Amino acid sequence: MSRIEEKLKILADAAKYDVSCSSSGSKRKNKGGIGDASASGICHTYTEDGRCVSLLKILLTNHCIYDCAFCVSRKSNDVKRAAFTVEEVVDLTMNFYRRNYIEGLFLSSGIFKNADFTMERLLRIVKKLRTEERYNGYIHLKTIPGASEELIREAGLYADRMSINLELPTEAGLKMVAPEKDHESVRKPLAFVNEQMQSYKKESKLIRHVPSFVPAGQSTQMVIGATPESDFEIMNVADEYYKNYKLKRVYYSGYIPINNEHQALPQIGSAPPLIRENRLYQTDWLLRFYDFKLDEILHPGHKNLELDIDPKLDWALRNPHFFPVDINKADYKMIIRIPGIGRQSAMKIVNARKFGKLREYQIRKMGIAFNRARYFMVCADTPFTLGNMAMDHVKKRILENGNSTYKRKLPTGQLTLF
Amino acid sequence: MYYLFDGSYAGFLTCVFESFEHREFSVTPITSDRFTGDFFRDNREVITDAAKAKRVQRGLRKKLDSNRAMDFFRVYLSEDPEAWQAAFRMILRIFDTGPEIMLDFGDNDVIFFAQTLKKVGRERHRMKAFIRFQKSSDGMYFAIVEPDFNVLPLISGFFKRRYADQPWLIYDARRKYGLWYDGNTVAEVQLTPAEKDALSPHHIAITLDERDEHFQQLWQQYFKSTNIESRRNMKLHLRHVPRRYWKYLTEKNGM
Ligand code: SF4
Repeated sequence: MSRIEEKLKILADAAKYDVSCSSSGSKRKNKGGIGDASASGICHTYTEDGRCVSLLKILLTNHCIYDCAFCVSRKSNDVKRAAFTVEEVVDLTMNFYRRNYIEGLFLSSGIFKNADFTMERLLRIVKKLRTEERYNGYIHLKTIPGASEELIREAGLYADRMSINLELPTEAGLKMVAPEKDHESVRKPLAFVNEQMQSYKKESKLIRHVPSFVPAGQSTQMVIGATPESDFEIMNVADEYYKNYKLKRVYYSGYIPINNEHQALPQIGSAPPLIRENRLYQTDWLLRFYDFKLDEILHPGHKNLELDIDPKLDWALRNPHFFPVDINKADYKMIIRIPGIGRQSAMKIVNARKFGKLREYQIRKMGIAFNRARYFMVCADTPFTLGNMAMDHVKKRILENGNSTYKRKLPTGQLTLF
Repeated sequence: MYYLFDGSYAGFLTCVFESFEHREFSVTPITSDRFTGDFFRDNREVITDAAKAKRVQRGLRKKLDSNRAMDFFRVYLSEDPEAWQAAFRMILRIFDTGPEIMLDFGDNDVIFFAQTLKKVGRERHRMKAFIRFQKSSDGMYFAIVEPDFNVLPLISGFFKRRYADQPWLIYDARRKYGLWYDGNTVAEVQLTPAEKDALSPHHIAITLDERDEHFQQLWQQYFKSTNIESRRNMKLHLRHVPRRYWKYLTEKNGM
């Protein structure tokens, strides 16, 4: 194995726990060089764990002066260390990009020496890519907490997206496993970058040719299941960060045990909470695109998401008075609340019913999960029934003969994966 | 009645023109080479006529915005005679009653058209993702693909914009033609048998750039290292990267 391959092995391995791989949201054009950003993002391949590979996701180095218990790169961990040179990262990125392996670069780093020293190195890489290589592909860059605003501002002129991870959802959780860290040092740079983004945007309305500043926005990540926060707490934090810092995405990353040294953390061998992670993403989605309010899904009396069913179905089962929905009459807003019907299918329904009342056989072809949706809607030819089916009965029916999504995701089924 | 045409989009549009001309509205367009003869139905040989095709195209453009009009071309690229039939009947309906019928998703033709459009779109997206260039010693980036549908015409602009400063060739081994970009314009190319041979995946006769294998190997290493073993989920992996695409994926062919 060549030295560069060994470095890649170490530094890709250390970077992979950052789950963000999105390459969307930027519209950077190719201006006489190479590359552009595809607004909707492209996954060039998928790993054997089923995750999207869009960006070359690496650390500049896994040397770190900190000792966060949940992190493989922590100071006290006995792992091989490596560091790329600026030229090596540029060469890898350009050659992967030219072969259409990737949409771009996701560059993060352990903290070596201090925040500014690290940020300055990251900045040199992205600057070289943009100015010397005339590279217009996607760049996701970590903001290093504690780095000077000057460095962060300059980096923002070259990056498409910037992110800083909250790591643990609450301050209390963070203190348990990374006493040297706090959420304030995340909030400050998130706020700074957000202010810059807004002022560049304002300026570009007045003056043409204002350079773009972090055009794909900011994101953050929380580790799930390392510390004992409830889903309600987690989603509240997410909600707050979406609002205050106008984040594009919040990522939820099921904790994968990496050491047995810290008593408070799940030990090696315990499975990562993959279903829970999935339920949190579904909730996030419902909040952002389906017009749900957080307290409809989670509240102090209902603090955790169900694992055996998705949050929309759970909401529907807890709110039988909204159903069944007449798909020939109801608003789009209500149709997307029917379990098993997504936004695209709902649009089709709303358009198609202008041509005549829709029957079941027509609805079934519109890409819906009929086995779930059937209990919550009426079509033109649905037989009239007196009263509603009891919701616990509906749940049982769906779980029994519904499509295999639920069966596969049940915790017991999960064990067969290992 | 069967309309036999040459399989080109212009030929398909000529069929529409002729159906109006002859006032024959119950028509199945089919390519001549697939037609095996049917004693019970008449057939008409349709000679592709650029002028007639253009008139139909212009008619569509008048009724629909240009992107919706393009949808007919996209569906045509599915190479599925049933989708052609649906598209054919829809064009007749559009000329007859108006463009709103495109949204009549309760109708069999419209929903099938929409489903086909989605499939073609997915394949187009896959090709943007799955194409893997190799660099030859003279600086040409080349890739071989075998897409489910004939989507090369739909990705040409994408690759031209993105890889503007490098010459490239994307070759569809199933349909035996390729797109070639010389640094200026994209042209459609047919290869000579010798050139085809040179491109066959298992004995590449093109001399590669001296660093190409190095980067292939690095990419394979990256693909392995970025995987999280305790999250292994091959079912999901296969859903996103179906086996039929593996042949040309660098990361699935190493080590
Ligand atoms: S500072 Fe970052 S890289 Fe260093 S130990 Fe903490 S999480 Fe890991």
